[in-house]
Amino acid sequence: MSSNAQTQTKTVSKKKQNIIVVGNGMVGHHFVEQLAQDDSYHITVLSAESRLAYDRVHLSEYFSGKTADDLALTTPENYNELGVEFHLDAKVTQIDKASKVVTTEQGQSFSYDKLVLATGSYPFVPPIPGKEREHCLVYRTIDDLDDIQASANTGKIGVVVGGGLLGLEAANALKELGLDTHVVEFAPQLMGIQLDQSGSALLKKKIEDLGVTVHTEKATKQIIDGEGAVHRMEFADGSHLDTDLILFSAGIRPYDNLAREFDLTIGERGGIVVNNQCQTSDEDIYAIGECALWNNFIFGLVAPGYTMAKVAASHIQGGEESFTGADMSTKLKLMGVEVGSIGDAHAKTQGAQCFTYQNDRDGVYKKMVVSQDGKTLLGAVLVGDTSEYDSLLQYALNGIELPENPDALILPSSGGEKPTLGVDSLPDSATICSCLNVTKGDIIAAIDCGAVDVGDVKSSTKASTGCGGCTALLKNVTDSELAKRGVEVSTDICSHFAYSRTELFHIIKAEKIRNFDTLIEKHGKGVGCEVCKPAVGSILASIWNDYILQDDHLPLQDTNDTYLGNMQKDGTYSVVPRMPGGEVTPDKLIVIGEVAKEYNLYTKVTGGQRIDLFGARIDQLPAIWERLIAAGMETGHAYGKSLRTVKSCVGSTWCRYGVQDSMSMAILLENRYKGLRSPHKIKFAVSGCTRECAEAQSKDIGVIATENGWNLYVSGNGGMKPRHGDLFATDLDDETLVKYIDRYLMFYVRMADRLQRTSVWLESLEGGLEYMQKVVIDDHLGVNDELEKQMEAVVATYQCEWKTTIESPEQLKRFRQFVNSDKVDSSIKFITEREQIRPATLKEKVDSGLLIDSVMVDSVTLDDVKTAETAPA
Amino acid sequence: MTTNKNWQTICQKDDLVKHSGICALLENDQQIAIFQTGDDQAHTINNWDPAGKANVLYRGIVGDENGELFVASPLYKERFSLQTGKCLDDENLAVTPYQTRIIDNSVQVFA
Repeated sequence: MSSNAQTQTKTVSKKKQNIIVVGNGMVGHHFVEQLAQDDSYHITVLSAESRLAYDRVHLSEYFSGKTADDLALTTPENYNELGVEFHLDAKVTQIDKASKVVTTEQGQSFSYDKLVLATGSYPFVPPIPGKEREHCLVYRTIDDLDDIQASANTGKIGVVVGGGLLGLEAANALKELGLDTHVVEFAPQLMGIQLDQSGSALLKKKIEDLGVTVHTEKATKQIIDGEGAVHRMEFADGSHLDTDLILFSAGIRPYDNLAREFDLTIGERGGIVVNNQCQTSDEDIYAIGECALWNNFIFGLVAPGYTMAKVAASHIQGGEESFTGADMSTKLKLMGVEVGSIGDAHAKTQGAQCFTYQNDRDGVYKKMVVSQDGKTLLGAVLVGDTSEYDSLLQYALNGIELPENPDALILPSSGGEKPTLGVDSLPDSATICSCLNVTKGDIIAAIDCGAVDVGDVKSSTKASTGCGGCTALLKNVTDSELAKRGVEVSTDICSHFAYSRTELFHIIKAEKIRNFDTLIEKHGKGVGCEVCKPAVGSILASIWNDYILQDDHLPLQDTNDTYLGNMQKDGTYSVVPRMPGGEVTPDKLIVIGEVAKEYNLYTKVTGGQRIDLFGARIDQLPAIWERLIAAGMETGHAYGKSLRTVKSCVGSTWCRYGVQDSMSMAILLENRYKGLRSPHKIKFAVSGCTRECAEAQSKDIGVIATENGWNLYVSGNGGMKPRHGDLFATDLDDETLVKYIDRYLMFYVRMADRLQRTSVWLESLEGGLEYMQKVVIDDHLGVNDELEKQMEAVVATYQCEWKTTIESPEQLKRFRQFVNSDKVDSSIKFITEREQIRPATLKEKVDSGLLIDSVMVDSVTLDDVKTAETAPA
Repeated sequence: MTTNKNWQTICQKDDLVKHSGICALLENDQQIAIFQTGDDQAHTINNWDPAGKANVLYRGIVGDENGELFVASPLYKERFSLQTGKCLDDENLAVTPYQTRIIDNSVQVFA
């Protein structure tokens, strides 16, 4: 380079180094993220796949409703924003190490300063004769999933070859697709790497209880034509199994052929050999993730791959980080069965002692492997209950000294206090989030930089954004650190009660308190306020379900509840009769039309499949409702914090595609839960088939028909912060569905904060979805009977609040605008627009001389105020 | 504006709603909101909500902040002192308060 050029690079800008990343899997993408912030580099991604990086860990969720977009880890826009160049369907076929150029299949060449191979791995298919037959597939990419889905549509039986972690996930996918599912494993047990014999036996039993048949010690000899099915698998022991679809999941092999072909050092059994900096035998070429062989070991988990990505990026930038192996502990849920494995699960360490706990009734197995001196935890196996996984992992990873009787850590806690691992005892180096490699020290640093809650810590450290398994631990560490800094997170509902909403709920229920006055006298101070009064009003209604406008409850309600309508900006109200499932007879529709016409109400169809009539003055409401009720309608509770509607499609009754009668189910649910007062409004939907026309996954409670019953989704939300509902339980019969909803809703009513929708509530709940599944499905807390009874009581005491109101002369008095005049509120004025009324704007009101009051009010001065105060008594 | 004020009888005590409000018209057609805050205690302010720009204050929830009684507007929840009329959430806002008394079951407002 001439001196002239040197000057130029200095004054203009340092020439960017070209970094080429081959492969855009999770690890390749993580590498890009690490380096993209540094603008000394120009990054080019070359991927053989047709999509940018997506989440392979949660691949099976593709079959439970997630789309490729949901699984995506990035978007073209995002890469463009980061200045990352990318080429899809661009398989690299040549590396020229000398001139530092790679070439793709299409012949495009790219020169590099540093090359990063993140080519990943491919599923190993054992050399069984017949393995290349049609409907013999693998489970690795989204394209594989599409093939599996297509194949599953034509068959009834599916077999997974391989009973390891991935094989069982694949089996879950087949089960989700409705196939009669089998797992064929060569070894005597499932998940042989992670589990010991007893743990594996329990896992097998649990999986079989879920309807998956497990065949162990089966070596497949050949695959031939089946009888009544596509294939027949013949086993070495002479037995056979007929199936329509075969999925191979017998381990992974590194994609190392490119490296092999262009003379990088390859391990004996495959894998690109790398050093502690993830460099291959060519120092300008790195390999990371499942294609890399470190210390003769390939790491088939995402967390070590992420660490490698970080190390390689840091080394390119001149950093000192190095890869020194990774913990292969793992916690996951296979077909709803919790499984955890930590460290030396097989107790291979010399002198290791084991503690085991086995409970056949509840299907729980736990084992701890402890060092000879009993002081450190070497490993653990957990099946059926992984609630201790987080703390056991911390003991193992950080060498924290075990309590005197270590078995207490895995025994049920009924006997006494369970020793808890205080988060304070964790060293700063303790890894809290292993997916993103976030340590306790990182969390402390985030808090020192101003993070004041878990959300802040999450967004600045990315902790808990991978598998989410560390959510509870992250919260504990964050809360403890915040507490140390004197940050107090008050959960008091307001200044009148030193209790949270949940605590007030328990007080009211336990002490059988029936009204606000008693509660504030015993447990609060002052007269209350606009925060605690409606909250207590709602709790009282949830528990006792009295008429909400009886004398002692009336002053607690927000105006929408006091006048049983939604107040609009001009002080008028809307009228919404209930239309369960959006179903309405022509006769009722005519009455609604007549009422709207007579009272000149603005009429609009709502998003909840019913009709909203706007612009009713308070004095008009009773007469309007009298008409509607006489025609057989009832209040729609559009005003309360309560069930709004159960949206529905017409279902199997009319629709060519419907598989269940969604209409009847929607009506049943709407009639069951109407009037239930809750911390916030609740919306439901029922779809009659998987096409999901009712958009049930955006509702608090979503029900989607399957061939076998109903899938239940919970805690979805449209609105301000959209959230897809979580699949809670599958293939439920009508009765179980209602039971689960009873429990879920009543638990929410008990536990949530005021004005907290089910979506935010579930996310804030420690343990989240899994915890709620335990509570609702397994009766983990033993409260289900009570929750159901409470719901039954609410259902049994339902009343149409409007009917009660119009039948009470005392109540009707409140619907006069003026206590001393029959005049109407002259400030309410409407303008005609699109053949209907709308409220006049303030300007229109002033222009027409209507606002005498406002003129007076706006001219109020402090003198006026004083005059009023000193007026003669 | 302060001349010709007198105690106007608005309604009977039975017409009030305990811990809540009712609406009435003064002789000059001004809308007022009367809140019954104790057995023989009531407070009155103008019914016009200067924040929400509508005649709705009587439909708000009555509460207290450190003993100061207020009504929270049903529209956007601004709180107005029942004693002084001042808005507790925005010093630029105020409503007119009126002296109120209950004599022999008659509710009277000085206006």
